[in-house]
Amino acid sequence: MKSNVILRVIAKMLMPFMLLFALYVQFHGDFGPGGGFQAGVIGAAAIIFYALIFGLPAARRLVPDRVVEAMVGAGVLLYAGVGFAGIALGGNYLDYFVLGHDPVHGQHRGIFWVEAGVAITVSGVMLKIFYMFASRGHGLDE
Amino acid sequence: MIFEHLPALEVAVPLVAAPVTLLLRRAAAAWAVTVAACVFSFVAALLLAAAVAAQGPISYALGSWPPPWGIEYRVDALSAFVLVLVSGMATAVALFAWRSAAAELPREQLYLFYTMYCLCVAGLLGMTITGDAFNLFVFMEIASLSSYVLIALGRDRRALLASYQYLILGTIGATFYVIGVGMLYLATGTLNIADLAARLPQVADTRPVLAALAFVTVGVSLKLALFPLHLWLPNAYAYAPSAVTAFLAATATKVSVYVLLRFYFTVFGARLVVEELPVEEVLLVLSLVAIATASLVALWQADLKRLFAYSSVAQIGYITLGISMASHAGLTAAVAHLFNHGITKGAIFLLLGGVALRTGRVGFDRVRGLGQAMPLTSLGIVIAGLSLIGIPGTAGFISKWYLVLGAIEAGRWWLAAFIVATSLIAVAYVWRFVEAAYLAPAGAGTPERGEAPRPMLVTAWILVGACIWFGFDTSFSAEGARRAATLMLGGAP
Amino acid sequence: MIALGHYSYWVTVLLMVAGLYIVIARGNLVKKLIGLSIFQTSVYLLYIAPGKLIGGTAPILAEGYRVYSNPLPHVLILTAIVVGVATLALGLAIVVRIREAYGSIEEDEVLKADRAAGKDAADGV
Repeated sequence: MKSNVILRVIAKMLMPFMLLFALYVQFHGDFGPGGGFQAGVIGAAAIIFYALIFGLPAARRLVPDRVVEAMVGAGVLLYAGVGFAGIALGGNYLDYFVLGHDPVHGQHRGIFWVEAGVAITVSGVMLKIFYMFASRGHGLDE
Repeated sequence: MIFEHLPALEVAVPLVAAPVTLLLRRAAAAWAVTVAACVFSFVAALLLAAAVAAQGPISYALGSWPPPWGIEYRVDALSAFVLVLVSGMATAVALFAWRSAAAELPREQLYLFYTMYCLCVAGLLGMTITGDAFNLFVFMEIASLSSYVLIALGRDRRALLASYQYLILGTIGATFYVIGVGMLYLATGTLNIADLAARLPQVADTRPVLAALAFVTVGVSLKLALFPLHLWLPNAYAYAPSAVTAFLAATATKVSVYVLLRFYFTVFGARLVVEELPVEEVLLVLSLVAIATASLVALWQADLKRLFAYSSVAQIGYITLGISMASHAGLTAAVAHLFNHGITKGAIFLLLGGVALRTGRVGFDRVRGLGQAMPLTSLGIVIAGLSLIGIPGTAGFISKWYLVLGAIEAGRWWLAAFIVATSLIAVAYVWRFVEAAYLAPAGAGTPERGEAPRPMLVTAWILVGACIWFGFDTSFSAEGARRAATLMLGGAP
Repeated sequence: MIALGHYSYWVTVLLMVAGLYIVIARGNLVKKLIGLSIFQTSVYLLYIAPGKLIGGTAPILAEGYRVYSNPLPHVLILTAIVVGVATLALGLAIVVRIREAYGSIEEDEVLKADRAAGKDAADGV
């Protein structure tokens, strides 16, 4: 598809907005519909869009396989890390109250980091699923 | 300081071990992390069981939100018992899996096997320890999804279809469970199990609550392979990798039985389930059919793993038979058999895994003359088979004893006779193995003399030893089961 | 007694039964997964529709409002949706592998191939 000029230009124009929108959804989960899962999917959709227009090898150069697998693990570890931080600071597991100088700020901080972990893992998983499925089609042409 | 957070760490440590194995990428490191996490969970489970026995139920508020607003982890006599079983079997199979998985899976995928294994352990432990109905669904799906992956890793291509069928049926079961929980939430406004138990008596006669009971029963019955919802089990156990079969046979269905017990006796309460509704009778009929048909079908199987898979369906029938009696002896039998069957089947499938390592497949043509080729393995299978039958001196006898006791207490002599008669069918299918291994000359498919690698053999024999040990020293298994039964029937925990 | 005010429940039941029918009646493995998805969607509706209270406003504390819609079902269903997506992805991955192993994604053809292979192979698995 990258031979088509219109698609190439539009893709390059749209991708930054998609990524920005993903960040917007991520940080506005506190106040409106949004949060980690939705933001992760939108972010992955931006990269998948790039892969559809410019081809899978180009997307693999942009976000390599190792990075994707690392994202999947790192997000879960970030989430669990917030849980253990709660224990280390004197509360229970996943206690947000003790994470800040007062309980409300602690809640803000805890939710922020937890949602960040979720977004990283979800976009990693979505990208990995796309890479796996897209790279398998070639052997099945009959 | 760690001790007060043990309920959370029990689940969090295997859950963290999963991404760590994913990031480590090397099979040996992944295996080491897995074993460490399982050992930690096992020790934590033993400590929790001791604490619960000494001081009563332990409640842990996740995120310091007090129940019923927050998610609560609750360890009482029943969940502590199941925690010890699951974490113990997880450790044993993890130790066994080093050689077994390396033989049955491609080398590049081994670290992923351990990732899924850690997730499955975390899911099962979470299902057992949580005190929130929806949190239970989340952990149920974590355990189920990772077990679908584990089964699909089998060498035979039929493992793929088996995993797919398990996926369809298991997801339908979990969704039914969610529908049931949704109706309970709409009726009472809470998801916390203890709070549901307190609020349900007021709305117990309304149709949503009765529908919720039905949905939860069917959903959980799909997961625990109660006849006739057991169709996924024989294929899944037969074609999965040996370590996976051993782990799932020992734990996955048992935790689903735990969920059923929790919902019947804690959430809905014995009064509604046993006295006002014919749940008891329905379970009785299904259990009898399960035991009879599954035992008979096991007799005709050509593949040993399939044979023991059908035997598992029958043994689950014994457990639900104990539940259907709803008396103290019956519930003790159910919980005790949960434990005893777990270690027995775990031992059998681990030993069969050793045979699979040496022969490739475990059909009856491959085990002729196994008594000479692999004497320790065959002896182990025979002893575990005796426990399956329920010979005095083995663990299986203890639970069958309580079952017969419960039947006699209820005045149902025909039921006691039925239990003994179906145990004779178990004799028949264990005898098939004995005949092939000891009385038949070595065939073309039999391996040459030599046991499975020593780590595998040692872990399997620890479980075989446990079968015999728990037949004599019932201070943990039967006493723990008795305490759980008292708890469920409303007595002091 | 047909209550038109309960139409969300009617749609829930319709989707639930349609999804289950597709799972049972269709032999194509991908169609089964689609039926499973439809079945799970009905459960989302079952939770969310009763969460909106009549006359309830968005669940943000504000002056002058006493009745708020329930935000908890939304959180629960978000989790359930993620579980559904993961199940669908896993199911499709298994279907891709089945296609590579058997050459077909029709359940009856796969079972026929298994039976044929079982007759040729030695007595055993």
